[in-house]
Amino acid sequence: MSDEARPVIEMRGVKLKFKDRVILNGIDIIVREQETRVIMGVSGCGKSTLLGILLGLLTPNEGTVDFKGEDMTHLKRRALNEVRMNIGMVYQNAALLSSLTIGENVGLPLQELTHKNAGEIESIISEKLELVGLLDAKDELPSELSGGMQKRAGMARALALNPELVLFDEPTAGLDPINSNLINELIITLRDREKVTSIIVTHEMESAFALATQMAFLDEGRMILTGTPDIFRNSEIPIIRKFLSSYSVHKITEK
Amino acid sequence: MIARLGKLAIAFLEELSGLVWMLRETGSEVTESFERRKAPLSRDQFFFQCNRAGVGSILMVVLLSLFIGLTMALLTGYQLEIFGLVTLVPAVVSVSFTREMGPLFTGIVLAARIGAAYTAELGAMTAGGEVDALEGMGIGALRYLVTPRILAIFCLTPCLSVIAVVSGICGAAFISDLLLHISYGYFYDQVMTNLLVKDLMSGMVKSLLFGGIIGVIACYKGISMSGGAVGVGNATTQSVVASICTVIAFDSICNIIMITFFP
Repeated sequence: MSDEARPVIEMRGVKLKFKDRVILNGIDIIVREQETRVIMGVSGCGKSTLLGILLGLLTPNEGTVDFKGEDMTHLKRRALNEVRMNIGMVYQNAALLSSLTIGENVGLPLQELTHKNAGEIESIISEKLELVGLLDAKDELPSELSGGMQKRAGMARALALNPELVLFDEPTAGLDPINSNLINELIITLRDREKVTSIIVTHEMESAFALATQMAFLDEGRMILTGTPDIFRNSEIPIIRKFLSSYSVHKITEK
Repeated sequence: MIARLGKLAIAFLEELSGLVWMLRETGSEVTESFERRKAPLSRDQFFFQCNRAGVGSILMVVLLSLFIGLTMALLTGYQLEIFGLVTLVPAVVSVSFTREMGPLFTGIVLAARIGAAYTAELGAMTAGGEVDALEGMGIGALRYLVTPRILAIFCLTPCLSVIAVVSGICGAAFISDLLLHISYGYFYDQVMTNLLVKDLMSGMVKSLLFGGIIGVIACYKGISMSGGAVGVGNATTQSVVASICTVIAFDSICNIIMITFFP
């Protein structure tokens, strides 16, 4: 990804504390158009919290979060919601509304936030569900689907408004290898076909290297390394080496 | 002791400020929806909640009121018979049911049946990340989830209260005819003579108030819950207890105000 591409997200000096516990301690990161940025780190290091800040669900104690040049941290509700319409989020547990069918879940943002008529909404629902291979499950309830299918449905919902940025929180966590590959392929399709900018939080190395155009490593509230996958492969930072070793071992075994 | 009272007072004020926050945010999300020229709540959602809170509660309200009206007429009748005043039973039962028993028992039934359901449902949605997901999409979780629920219970409580009053009076008329030798015709005449518009208004005002109280407390407890499955259970218990206590407290306040200012 060239440095000339326009920044979609720019975080500068973001600090977040819950009571006396420092979660994020001065995060600086720039994510440019059509970039797939994978953020890694050990469990509980603040990766999902970072996504919460990007979505405006949490307000940092210090620092700025610019979405296409506009600081989200000081926006009023209405303006923030306008920004949120350009950001899709795929949750770790899919977070589909359990009382609605898959089709209704995908159509929810269209129904609530746009002035599209029923026919247009129906056609977008079908298009998005077809993209994730769930057209047949349109009338099913989330509880009737497997975990992998729920995540794909969550992805369809996140894409309903054609967002410029999609955030993925542990998209392959808890899935079998077949479903993990399916999700990874979908994310790659989004990048290549839909030209979507993505930020993916994961600690699954295979997914990370399969998807990333840029990577970042979060440790104790700080980004200790950012760069291309190659920079990470060659990193000498102990925690990153330790983190990557599981992936390497797997690869060696595979050979 | 003082420290404990202080802690209780702080906890109460925190809850109160939370309730006010929820109402303010809900209002702000509804306003935002109007500004976007979108309906603040879905018609289907509203009717679904009305059906659940109203239609679903009719049988329970009817049965409860019928038996309470029956018991009340019976016990009052036996006491008044000693003084030869058994003919006052229709007036006593109808006025007390219209002003007090009908709205109060409806409130208690709804707090237990619908308030608990609202809290458990919203609590589970909060724990499952559904509320955050709605907020993250920019939909406005409070507008989408809280508004139809509060509006439904607010609108349906007076209707259920009327049903409770009619059922209670019917129960009383039945037992009066059966055991107190008061005919249905006399009972009806006495009810029509003694019931005043202000009694009906008093009952309706209370019902609206109780509906609002139950809806707000139940939704707030659900939205603000924390701590997974145990948290949902705790929030539901707290919601029912708080709703019933608040309804009874406000019932007393309403009675004092109405007796003092509209005797």
